[in-house]
Amino acid sequence: MGPLIVNDIISPDTNLLMAFIIGIGFGWVLESSGFSSSKKLAGLFYGYDTVVLKVFFTAGLTAMIGLLFMSLFGWIDLDLVYINPTYLTSAVVGGLIMGLGFIMGGFCPGTSMCAAAIGKIDAMVFIGGLFLGVLIFTEGYPLIEKMYMANFKGYPRLSEVFNISDGLMALLFIVMALAAFWLAERFEKKTPAPEY
Amino acid sequence: MTKKDKSKKYINPYLGGVLLGLVLIAANFISGRGLGASGAVKSSVVTVVDAVAPSHVESSDFYSSYKETHPTPMKSWLVFEVLGMIVGGFISGTIAGRLKLKVEHNPRITSRRRLLFALGGGILFGLGSQIGRGCTSGSALSGMAIFSVGGIVTMMAIFATAFAFARLFRKNWV
Repeated sequence: MGPLIVNDIISPDTNLLMAFIIGIGFGWVLESSGFSSSKKLAGLFYGYDTVVLKVFFTAGLTAMIGLLFMSLFGWIDLDLVYINPTYLTSAVVGGLIMGLGFIMGGFCPGTSMCAAAIGKIDAMVFIGGLFLGVLIFTEGYPLIEKMYMANFKGYPRLSEVFNISDGLMALLFIVMALAAFWLAERFEKKTPAPEY
Repeated sequence: MTKKDKSKKYINPYLGGVLLGLVLIAANFISGRGLGASGAVKSSVVTVVDAVAPSHVESSDFYSSYKETHPTPMKSWLVFEVLGMIVGGFISGTIAGRLKLKVEHNPRITSRRRLLFALGGGILFGLGSQIGRGCTSGSALSGMAIFSVGGIVTMMAIFATAFAFARLFRKNWV
């Protein structure tokens, strides 16, 4: 049955409409979880507010488990779902640059859209920065092309790398996430949030 | 007291996580893909550059091959999704009474300093998201849900770097 677009159950235009509706859900959840505030987002890195970790990992686990069960029931063919390619060098380099941008700017691209939508001027400036950063990439592409394409490993999934079943992989993620939630709750209680 | 009341209006983070997970499942089930954000910025940048300097786009390998694979960059899944995000964030903020034009910043720093760092952070995040083939949404979150090695590596690099540099920017936040 799923994915609906790949199996021609919906048209490409309907798919774009669904993208808009999915986006509304995405933005709604982010904003109502507090992701429209850079103070809350940056809190993870100082331990005074760990909402990012809790929402992020709960969402990842929910989707992971949900998709595995849906595939088990034959509702979705996971072989037809887009898997991000793995270019090891650029995955690390990009992540390093994004991490620095995160702690400096207090937003990531998605959260900045939500924050700008409720009037945060810092988020609007961050989005201006995003445009400049992307422009630096598109203009400077010839200079970094070699690094960008280096160490291509195909489309591996972590369960295949460890040679274990998807279910066991998901279980390991659940255990790690529970440990992370426990630690996060402890740190948060001990660390007072700044008053502003 | 007013501060406490304000934070009460946010939903429980674990509930928020489950709801976000359901949105991500919907994206995979309906559209066969994960969520994203930075890709929409890329579509917009290519569109603007194409409008301002069409000859430059013609002569650049990068732009011309992007245009070949994306003949109508603004009619893309991520552009529509991000437009939805802005609407969804606006609705949620309106209901909760959080609509306000302001620069949110620690009183220990000036709003000018906050904005400068927001700009710098945005530039880095924009560049990094292109190098990493996706940001926190498209690469880290969506990648993790389907066990993508590249997505998980990027996710670890993002969070580890932010933690590693936290001390350096402490004054801005705490």
